[in-house]
Amino acid sequence: MIEINDIRKSFDELEVLKGISMTFEAGKTNLIIGQSGSGKTVLLKCLLGLYTPDGGNLLFSNQALETMNDDERRTLRREMGMVFQGSALFDSMTVMENVMFPMQMLTDQDEHSIHAAAEEVIKRVNLMDAHQKLPAELSGGMQKRVAIARAVVMKPKYLFCDEPNSGLDPKTAIVIDNLIREITQEFNITTVINSHDMNSVMEIGDTILLLKDGVKAWEGTKEQIFKTDNEAINDFVYSSRLMKKVKEVYQ
Amino acid sequence: MNFLHHIGAYLLMLRMVFIKPTKRKVMQRLIFQDIQDLIIGSLGIVAFLSFFVGGVVAIQTALNIESPLIPKSLVGFATRQSVILEFAPTFMCIILAGKVGSFITSSIGTMRVTEQIDALEVMGINSVNYLVFPKIIAMLLLPIVINISMFLGILGGYIASLYGGFSSTADFIEGIQMDFKPFHVVYAFIKTLVFAMVLATIPAYQGYYMKGGALEVGKAATVAFVWTSIVIIVLNYIITQLLLT
Repeated sequence: MIEINDIRKSFDELEVLKGISMTFEAGKTNLIIGQSGSGKTVLLKCLLGLYTPDGGNLLFSNQALETMNDDERRTLRREMGMVFQGSALFDSMTVMENVMFPMQMLTDQDEHSIHAAAEEVIKRVNLMDAHQKLPAELSGGMQKRVAIARAVVMKPKYLFCDEPNSGLDPKTAIVIDNLIREITQEFNITTVINSHDMNSVMEIGDTILLLKDGVKAWEGTKEQIFKTDNEAINDFVYSSRLMKKVKEVYQ
Repeated sequence: MNFLHHIGAYLLMLRMVFIKPTKRKVMQRLIFQDIQDLIIGSLGIVAFLSFFVGGVVAIQTALNIESPLIPKSLVGFATRQSVILEFAPTFMCIILAGKVGSFITSSIGTMRVTEQIDALEVMGINSVNYLVFPKIIAMLLLPIVINISMFLGILGGYIASLYGGFSSTADFIEGIQMDFKPFHVVYAFIKTLVFAMVLATIPAYQGYYMKGGALEVGKAATVAFVWTSIVIIVLNYIITQLLLT
């Protein structure tokens, strides 16, 4: 579980996060949604430790980040997995090498057990046929699956995904969304996903946080979206004609 | 102020190179890969340029000797001095700033653009050590390349003198042995080691801290070449002043 309390972050004069509080639960896919520039990526980077918040606190499994010593922070880092928007696979490595990489770097396990663990997750994301291919030889959807495999190979407690299905066709996007959800439930991971894709929201949004101009504008579940009269979430969700139609049919 | 900011950031990056090291087994693999890319991959161009520039130096020297009082051995002497003191260590490093430097900037810059460096950071890996340290170690083999460059430069000079009819074998060999100071070779290798550090780190800095997309990777490679060349020329002057005067 991750708890964030009154998180604030500014860059020079620009206040990007203006006191965000939220709880992301384990075994659930927690979505952060909002328009571009609403602060989603900055919040995710604060959770990842790439940015230090100016105020507020972050609790990972009830332990505050700021009270952790270096060893505890290092351990926390190893409990985190990240799926980047562009997959961020290492170009010069094959699929298998990419997935083995975190274990080679961060554990003292022998090569045989690292290989076995990598093979297990590659099978889990259905990429055994491509395990010797380079990232450039893979489709966008396959690259995302490799990124997911690499993120979960260390059996993380926390999984962060930055727009995991951007640039994918709707069918592949659903496959990726479902894969993340299944893995989240299977390994009881606290998953936090940045997205502005309404298909993802309706598919896997166990908990949804809407950010608008750096503040929490709405919080709820995908089921509550159709029932709420919150202006911010309605503006965001029903900005497309398709979603307006869906709402009509739903009601 | 911007200039001072870059110097500060560059020095901080150098500090990061040597702390929190990557696992030895992984580092060994990276070092061998960088030796392959940066050193062995440069041998062809170095050999080609050295041989022909050595030849040109010999021809130019011979064509400028008009007085019959000046011995023909001067062609070998001038070729040796030019190649050992300046061409091989300094100008070959400037040429390598184009080849090796742009490779380092573009490979690290592409990793920055495609979030691969962020991925390393998220995993808790010291990305500066992981990316830059193996390049510094690989570049420490640069004196071997420069040694080959010296040999081929003088060989090119010899062949050009001999087949151009500017000098006999005996005269050329007498020339390259004339007033030989071993310290000149030491001086060349000291320069090379300093330039190797510059060649590995300035392009790495430009790549690591670049912002933007593919176009900026190209711009960063150009900036890296310009600054690496400037720093090499300035350091060349300082080292020469310190060691040879």
